Amino acid sequence: MKRVDVLIVGAGPAGMAAAVAARRFGLDVLVVDDQPAPGGQIWRSVETVAATARGAILGESYQSGLSTAEAFRACGAAYEPGTQLWQIEPGFRAYLSRDRKAWTLEARAVVLATGAQERPVPFPGWTLPGVLTVGAAQILLKSSGQIPDKPVWVAGSGPLPLLYLTQLLRAGGQVAGYLDTTPPGRLRVALPHLPKALRAAGDLLKGFGWATTLRLRGIPVIKHVTDVEATGKDRVEAIRYRTADGKDATAPAELLLVHEGVVPNIHAPLALGCAVAWRDDQDCYVPVLDRWGETSQSNLFVAGDGAGIAGATAAVLRGELAALRIAERLGRTDAQAAETAAAPLLLRLGRELALRPFLDALFKPRPQIFAPSDDTIVCRCEEITAGGIRAMVEVGQPGPNQVKAFTRAGMGPCQGRQCGYTVTRILAAAEGRSAADVGFYRVRPPLKPITLGELAGLEQEAVP
Amino acid sequence: MTRDQADVVVIGGGLHGLSAALYLARAGKGVVILERAWVGRHASGATAAGVRTLGRDLAEVPISLEAMDMWHRIETIVGDACGFHAHGQIRVAETERHLTELNERAAKLRQLGYAHEEIIDASELRRLVPALSTHCVGALVARRDGAADPHRALSAFRRSCEAAGVTIHEGCGVTAIERQGADWLIRAGEQGFVAPAIVNAAGAWAARVASLIGDDIALGMKASMMIVTERLAPLLEPVVSAVGRSLSFKQSGQGTLVIGGGLQGKADLDTQLSSVDYRELAKGARAATDLFPCVRDVRIIRTWAGMEAKTADLLPVIGPSPNAPGVIHAFGFSGHGFQLVPVVGAIVCDLLVHGKTERQIEAFAAKRLMARKAAA
Amino acid sequence: MFRKLHEPAAQAVTIYIDGAPVAAETGESVAAVLLRQSPLWSRMTPVSQSARAPYCMMGVCFECLAQVDGEASVQTCLTQVRDGMRVERQRGKRSLFA
Repeated sequence: MKRVDVLIVGAGPAGMAAAVAARRFGLDVLVVDDQPAPGGQIWRSVETVAATARGAILGESYQSGLSTAEAFRACGAAYEPGTQLWQIEPGFRAYLSRDRKAWTLEARAVVLATGAQERPVPFPGWTLPGVLTVGAAQILLKSSGQIPDKPVWVAGSGPLPLLYLTQLLRAGGQVAGYLDTTPPGRLRVALPHLPKALRAAGDLLKGFGWATTLRLRGIPVIKHVTDVEATGKDRVEAIRYRTADGKDATAPAELLLVHEGVVPNIHAPLALGCAVAWRDDQDCYVPVLDRWGETSQSNLFVAGDGAGIAGATAAVLRGELAALRIAERLGRTDAQAAETAAAPLLLRLGRELALRPFLDALFKPRPQIFAPSDDTIVCRCEEITAGGIRAMVEVGQPGPNQVKAFTRAGMGPCQGRQCGYTVTRILAAAEGRSAADVGFYRVRPPLKPITLGELAGLEQEAVP
Repeated sequence: MTRDQADVVVIGGGLHGLSAALYLARAGKGVVILERAWVGRHASGATAAGVRTLGRDLAEVPISLEAMDMWHRIETIVGDACGFHAHGQIRVAETERHLTELNERAAKLRQLGYAHEEIIDASELRRLVPALSTHCVGALVARRDGAADPHRALSAFRRSCEAAGVTIHEGCGVTAIERQGADWLIRAGEQGFVAPAIVNAAGAWAARVASLIGDDIALGMKASMMIVTERLAPLLEPVVSAVGRSLSFKQSGQGTLVIGGGLQGKADLDTQLSSVDYRELAKGARAATDLFPCVRDVRIIRTWAGMEAKTADLLPVIGPSPNAPGVIHAFGFSGHGFQLVPVVGAIVCDLLVHGKTERQIEAFAAKRLMARKAAA
Repeated sequence: MFRKLHEPAAQAVTIYIDGAPVAAETGESVAAVLLRQSPLWSRMTPVSQSARAPYCMMGVCFECLAQVDGEASVQTCLTQVRDGMRVERQRGKRSLFA
């Protein structure tokens, strides 16, 4: 069976940086990623797009990923794109799959750099064709050079919708309106966190610049939107929204893009039994990590947005820190040298993280996200509604796993990636418990659906 | 410490505990179920829910046949059909040698007066299971057998228990049991329950419970693994197993393929956590694709390993404690307890209410698994 | 739906969606191409035959599943187009009988 020193899962900013850093110590490195090219989400298709007109539309932060990708390609790490990790056992034994074939691999250390996903936001009609996340629309612009063909409605909160709208306008797209779901008073609540953020003031000013651009272009910006609905038969045909003053409005729509923040991908750490902690300030779980990014499992690290949402620069720094610690563990450097090398990285990481408390407070998800109406589908895969979940809470205090067993919520291929948080919050509200107390689904492998034939083929593998 | 009085305390909120509680409550007893996690947490929630008389140990056949009659009218017992279907259970022979084995089994059963297992040839096999690989030469079939939906069964038994007045305490794990006059005092943390009778239906933990009342019963554990696939259009109706393979292959009411067969993963009784061993499970996937070649590209959505009790002879423990008054054991079903659920509850009720049962349970006596004590 | 920006340098390929030829470009995903089609739906769910289309474009929602070159339930957002590729929309539960 194949053995490597370091298995890195994910070829985004953190994964690439970890690979480059690990290779500097002469470690034997394999990077796997389910995408066809390196870049993760933020630098999708950066190798082919950065130097084009599309790259200019996407902007400097995007284009800057090219140098990281080039360094990654040149560093000597083995790289297997289009490859899915579906299980990992302590020790470590990783189970991988590509092109209908599954195999196993041993690694002395593992870095999970699987990034983040958009926070699932269930609302009536969110499963209709034509409802996509803002991130999805941005990926379509990056990888496919495509934009909505009619004026698009965007509903959400946070920096990403503003960034995408700016890029879309640059590309010649049209915007029907921006439904800003940021509740009133958030800025006041967030301001006390601002002094720490002044070191990263550049990013902040950029954010306000985007919002101004929209208004100057005459795009309707409706503030303090509390609820959104999409209606239509077999696709979105109209949207309905409500504002904080209780007024409703409707509009025809063919595409609705939604975004309510980003949460770390915790499936792989959970499946591996890593300790995770609920963060009230971020409304999500985050793996418990030391300053090197090591989890509660020895030699298992998380780097990048999977460690906590912080952006590409922080991801690169976290990748380098993880690689440093692994190099020390595997005897390629000593503790003193690792500390010395880590010091400037930690300093820069601190600066990157300085803006987070302000942004977390400013864009804290509105409570309506966690309290969908009874008829809203919560589990997209198994088509279970919020009402179906609530009906389970008649007696006792069922947890997510009990609810999963009896309603089938969480039993579909996405394994709770789209419904887990919602189920947890519905149970918490119905039972008068905290989300941290309720917990999350027990995440079991396979992390991605493999075929019976692929699993059967594992039997053929030579036993070492 | 609180003190609740009852006629019977049932330890274990799985299907066997629920069944015992249901019959006892309907016989007029005040019943309390103590379940450490939640109803159906372990074996009952992890079962493939095969409803099978086929291939049982001869000692189990009488009660299994009675249970099968009960499954055919399960709606009258628990108010819900529990997703039960009777499309048959089939044990496939891939070679002539396997078929000889099956013929011998069928002959033996006929000798004993049982007609429920029938040999069929390749063409009847093809008719019953069109998706089966054409290399299979024949099979043994129990046509009244089938499968059910484990969570619908759990919900139905639970609802029936509650309607009959059973009190169910979840999150209530038994920590100590002691005599209190003619009664038992069962402690679960700060809660206390007093009753003259106990039913030990604690599954993989039943030996630990038994030791609390002074019975030292040898008990092992199984961590059988299961695969559930994406939903498919109707592919097969019967439940299929094969001689010489660890395979149980069926399609659920939702259309998913549910593939078990007893391959073992890993489990820990103390943490109550189990995990799948994929290199072992690969054998099950291989058996499935060998017997049903068309499923090679079907996607696996979930896998798990359940946790259940296993006895040395793979027969359950059903019957009164040899030492402790008022204690009935009902555990150790070793991977084939689901089908017996409706009859075992009736047996437990017989024993507690009438002090005896007409049903044949001699082979299940606890004593056989207990070390002989030297004479004082 | 979506439309492509004018990019003359891109390399054109042809894929087949439910048998009909569709223009695509190397470097884009099958899901992106599906989102340029009419009707917009690309899948009917196995549970209730509801219409769905790609939602997250990053592999965490499983709405973009389609049959690609004979392999069923492939995440098309993770699959790059290839000249001559055959894509079939899945309608409800898959049948394994021909």
